[in-house]
Amino acid sequence: MDKHDDTHIVPYKTYLFILAGLIILTLISVGVTHVELGKFTIFTAILLASIKSVLVLIYFMHLKFDNRILQILVPAVFILVGLVIFVTFLDYNFR
Amino acid sequence: MNTSATIQHVHRDDEASKLGMWLFIFTELLLFAGLFIVYGVYRYLNPTAFHLAAQQLSVTVGTINTIILLISSATIAMASSSIRLKNKKLTLVLLSITLLMALAFMVNKYFEWQGKIEHGFFPSSETLQGLGNGDTLFFGLYFFMTGLHALHIIVGLILITIVFIRVNNNSITDENPVLLDNSGLYWHLVDVIWIFLFPLLYLIT
Repeated sequence: MDKHDDTHIVPYKTYLFILAGLIILTLISVGVTHVELGKFTIFTAILLASIKSVLVLIYFMHLKFDNRILQILVPAVFILVGLVIFVTFLDYNFR
Repeated sequence: MNTSATIQHVHRDDEASKLGMWLFIFTELLLFAGLFIVYGVYRYLNPTAFHLAAQQLSVTVGTINTIILLISSATIAMASSSIRLKNKKLTLVLLSITLLMALAFMVNKYFEWQGKIEHGFFPSSETLQGLGNGDTLFFGLYFFMTGLHALHIIVGLILITIVFIRVNNNSITDENPVLLDNSGLYWHLVDVIWIFLFPLLYLIT
């Protein structure tokens, strides 16, 4: 069982679908810069970038098929780094 | 237990190699996270200057480079599958596409930087000194962040070339594809960092 999971081969088609999705998201993020979103401009840009990196992490970086340790460790570290950036920024703004 | 069998046994731990690669990726993440914070704080302090300076960057070039990197990430990920399917030829083709895309990214970056430098936008230039602190900070961060990222692309180019040579001479096969996988992980990290640099520098104006 374990052996099988380790050698899981992702079909090429999956990668091509994810690539198409990533390119579409890139074009959307460029497109929305022409829409006046005011305060939400930065929020939208970061949100779209986050969705894109989650797709890269899960499929391209193979996390979906990796062992449990990585499946817990990697999101935890990424969320922690995100929080550190967010909290540092808050701390700076409201000091 | 004859001795020849003991000698032929090569110790290998693919899971540990992969975990090690991820630990390295975490340190890279921290390096760039620090720069993102610096960028965020200075942007908050100089909103107008950053707004105007960011308009100097070409969204088209940025978008093309983003798509180039996304394609190169997809092809190296596909190479990890094709090596396991014992398709050496396709693996080499996919790795070549990855390398070509990385080169195309660097060529674009070269012309982009050259354009900025010709217009007088480079660290400690007279044009920037005339414009004030905000613009100086924006272009300082622009050159440092994209420069550090480009350095990672160059490292990736070298790494993927080594993988290409080793796949070609059969020292990386479906039996031991971990170096190819780890180079892929590194390359995807470079992609993820660009995914954030692109909106921060080019899109949010």
